[in-house]
Amino acid sequence: MTNRFMISRRQLLKTSAAGAALGIASSALPFRSAFAAGVTVGFIYVGPKDDYGYNQAHAEGAAMLKGMDGVTVVEEENVPETVDVQKTMESMISLDGASLVFPTSFGYFDPHMLAMAAKFPEVQFRHCGGMWTEGKHPTNTGSYFGYIGQGQYLNGIAAGHATKTKKIGFVAAKPIPQVLLNINSFLLGARSVDPSITCQVIFTGEWSLAVKEAEATNALIDQGVDVVTCHVDSPKVVVETAAGRGAFICGYHANQSPLAPEKYLTGAEWNWANVYKMYVEKLVAGEALPNFTRGGLADGFVKMSPLGPAVPDAGRAQFEATLAEIMKGGFSVIKGPLKNNKGDVVAADGQAFAETAIELESMDYLVEGVVGSTS
Amino acid sequence: METTDIGLWGVPLAILGGAIRVSTPFIFVSLGEAITERSGRINLGLEGILVFGAMSAYAVAVMTGSPWLGVVAAAGAGACFGLFHGWICKFPKVNDIAIGIALMLFGSGLAFFFGKPFIQPSAPDLPAIPLGWWSSVPQVQAALNVNVLFLIGAALAVFLWWAFRNTRAGLIVRVVGDSSDAARAMGLNPNTVRLLATGVGGALAAIGGAYLSLYYPGSWSEGVSSGQGLMAVALVIFARWNPIGCFAAALLFGGAGALGPALQSVGVTQGYYLFYAAPYILTLIIMIATSSPGRSLAGAPGELSITK
Amino acid sequence: MTDIAASPVLRSPAASAALEWIARRAEGFVIPVGALIVGMALFSMFIALLGKSPLQLYDLMWRGGFGSWFSIQNTLSRAAPLLLAALCVALPARLGLVVIGGEGAIVLGGVAAAAMAVAISGAPSAVGIVLMALAGMLAGGIWIGAVGALRHYRAVNETISSLLMAYIAIALMNHLVEGPLRDPASLNKPSTPLIDPAFVVGPIPGMDVHWGLVVGIVACVMSWVLIEKTRWGFAARIAGGNVRAAQVQGLAVGPLIVGFCALAGAFAGLAGMLEVAAVQGNANGSLAAGYGYSGILVAFLARHNPLAIIPVAILLGGIEASGGLLQRRMDLPDATVQVLQGMIFIVILFSETLYGRFRMFNPDLWKRDV
Repeated sequence: MTNRFMISRRQLLKTSAAGAALGIASSALPFRSAFAAGVTVGFIYVGPKDDYGYNQAHAEGAAMLKGMDGVTVVEEENVPETVDVQKTMESMISLDGASLVFPTSFGYFDPHMLAMAAKFPEVQFRHCGGMWTEGKHPTNTGSYFGYIGQGQYLNGIAAGHATKTKKIGFVAAKPIPQVLLNINSFLLGARSVDPSITCQVIFTGEWSLAVKEAEATNALIDQGVDVVTCHVDSPKVVVETAAGRGAFICGYHANQSPLAPEKYLTGAEWNWANVYKMYVEKLVAGEALPNFTRGGLADGFVKMSPLGPAVPDAGRAQFEATLAEIMKGGFSVIKGPLKNNKGDVVAADGQAFAETAIELESMDYLVEGVVGSTS
Repeated sequence: METTDIGLWGVPLAILGGAIRVSTPFIFVSLGEAITERSGRINLGLEGILVFGAMSAYAVAVMTGSPWLGVVAAAGAGACFGLFHGWICKFPKVNDIAIGIALMLFGSGLAFFFGKPFIQPSAPDLPAIPLGWWSSVPQVQAALNVNVLFLIGAALAVFLWWAFRNTRAGLIVRVVGDSSDAARAMGLNPNTVRLLATGVGGALAAIGGAYLSLYYPGSWSEGVSSGQGLMAVALVIFARWNPIGCFAAALLFGGAGALGPALQSVGVTQGYYLFYAAPYILTLIIMIATSSPGRSLAGAPGELSITK
Repeated sequence: MTDIAASPVLRSPAASAALEWIARRAEGFVIPVGALIVGMALFSMFIALLGKSPLQLYDLMWRGGFGSWFSIQNTLSRAAPLLLAALCVALPARLGLVVIGGEGAIVLGGVAAAAMAVAISGAPSAVGIVLMALAGMLAGGIWIGAVGALRHYRAVNETISSLLMAYIAIALMNHLVEGPLRDPASLNKPSTPLIDPAFVVGPIPGMDVHWGLVVGIVACVMSWVLIEKTRWGFAARIAGGNVRAAQVQGLAVGPLIVGFCALAGAFAGLAGMLEVAAVQGNANGSLAAGYGYSGILVAFLARHNPLAIIPVAILLGGIEASGGLLQRRMDLPDATVQVLQGMIFIVILFSETLYGRFRMFNPDLWKRDV
């Protein structure tokens, strides 16, 4: 490992002027022995790095590492969830000497990352999503994820105060647990303001499909929805379309307020820089990396965009109070009595699922008040 | 924002609005391709030209602040790509379909390559004309908020339909498309005519792309086109090379595409993938229903490689 | 040129025969390779204009695509699915049909194979793999066979119908994978249940490339034999040239078209089955990875010659394999590879006009008694 690492570093230095610009710290530092000289960290994105959304959030986190001493960041974007991603990981490991790889898309985990983890037991893999299970998956792999549902709950509070029609809307990609939790959290946040609010959801079926996202937004607004949020890879289209029709927006993944400053209420953003820094600092220090990392607003994994001008004072107050409550930890968005939108009880009176509850990760229902279905 | 509860009326309204909003790129690309194919060439690369048009229009609009300059820039770039296709295909044994496919890759590759710095900034939108002023229902007003390019596309379809029959240029294109030999006998140079026809086709396809990035959905990203350029080329065959038919096919396609989101918004939520396939299923059914071995491709240009 | 050809040494019977043999074949090699070099040269100008080093680019492309055992395997892994996908275009092309919807047959082949794997879970390994392959081939064969049937019996243009049916197939795949066939345990990546581990198609011994590469090469060779050496292939070429002439000769054009299309679709379906059995382990949305569309390009570059598909697919695989290094080492956008492919392919396609233009490739020139 050490040997190959040194060779590949030397090749890197020999051939890569651009690599140096990317932050090979040793261009400024004296060449020291392999591990002291630093580590190479690989990032793989499923879409373009600057999509105003999912991938950008990760790339911004990766960019924060580029300033760290002795850390080399290598990145590849638009890598499909096929044998391509396996080869990309392998290439980062064999040719760039990466000792820690972050495949950031859900679909990279099984079988692609697991196959590479078996092949390169000395390399660490950390995957964004909730899939790592102790005893089932190799110890050189792991998962990290953030409780962004809390952010959607806060989005819902802002939406609840802004809506006049009492109808809010959600443009979603696919009915998977993480998306369903976001939809439910958004509605429950709004219902904490006014229990008569309903949330209309439209699934587009794809993570990135500009025209369909615009059509979905228009269809929601035609049905009287006046606050829209979304869970697609790149919220730019939804934000601009909704603002163009005069609806309010709650953002997702990254801060989209520059796109529609007047109409933007707030947004649930990832804050991956903290997470990536933590991993890389441990790696540089030679400590073991955690296999299972989770956190929410309180842990700095998730943050909220600053409140926009359209949020009324009452909304501000409730938003801040709830945020403070969440920051204390142990806040439950999903708590009884709660029914799903087919009338079945999903949480009995007195039952509460805190953000850490494992049940939330297999959510397969939409709560009462959400108009839509999960299949 | 005032709203009116329109309930199930949302579905036909969405289809109408969708037909107007979504169809414009299809209109421009298919009209452009109709001109090209009428001259006896097929350019499958319009998808690449459309994507490059979307990028260049957005980039120029960002830099100059004028969306119309963006449209002009896109048309210029598209014409260059089209002329390139037309020029390269005049050489013997060069396959126009294959060059088109390579051009698809090349055009979108260049667009993504140079488009990276323009994903983040916002460009000014093309203006729309509020044709729904007579209605008090905001949803109707929104659906009838018609972009200028749509109206230009509609007018262009009628004009081309008329021009193919009644003008000398139209006749020349048709003669060249039907028989190179007959054209030469008339003293026409088929290669020159096809070069120009492909150039015009490229320019129109790029304007279709400009509509995508500057109006609907109205931003530049690498996913801005979901195959509209390729599909529009297919729609030309569906429309049997008739410009009015291209316009109708584009409307049908846009309207059917709006069905999926509209049905979900009124609570029909099961099997949405199948509703999303509606434009394709509908087009296929109409194709099968209206084709028969006897009068297969009436109107097909005789020199067109894809229908020979 | 004539002078050299006339020189006494080259007029000897053995030399003359050898040169004639070489000249007959050299053209098909020299022209595309020359075009490849010109395409690369054009691209290096493009790179130089951007202020990057073309030499570094070629160094990285070589190392990323072919320069080490890892890179070669990387290239071959990417080439494997393209072989079968390209056959889906090349076979109908022999009949004059332009089928561009192979993607549909690939995804449905994958879903059918995954569904079959669930149904026969627990069967012996060989039985399972064969049945999965048959299911995939059947689904793909029916899909593209239908395109051929619509073409012949209803005169529906095959280019548009195959494209429409590809979109329909992808919608159907998504519907099945997220609905009726979904494994409830596949939470955030909806997919069918994992196939029985006994049905997994493994790597070729000593390599990191799955058996799909061998399957693809065998399919290409078989297709070549079919087209060049059998009477069906002969009939198909006649029908591709002129349907009426073929009918006059009493050829059953209808079955021929449907049969070739079905075989083409079966190959694409097999590619889908291999994605499931060798790569993904189940059917999911990633089946629609665009191999069908890359296959169109490969087939046209290979001029629909099944044997030529093999080197073209490897070339394409090599360029794609080196794309990652270009991003990481030269800070070039991912689209660089697409631009390069576009340039190279346009030049190669353009070079077809050069066939027959160079006298030195004319075998008659080297004949003894001209």
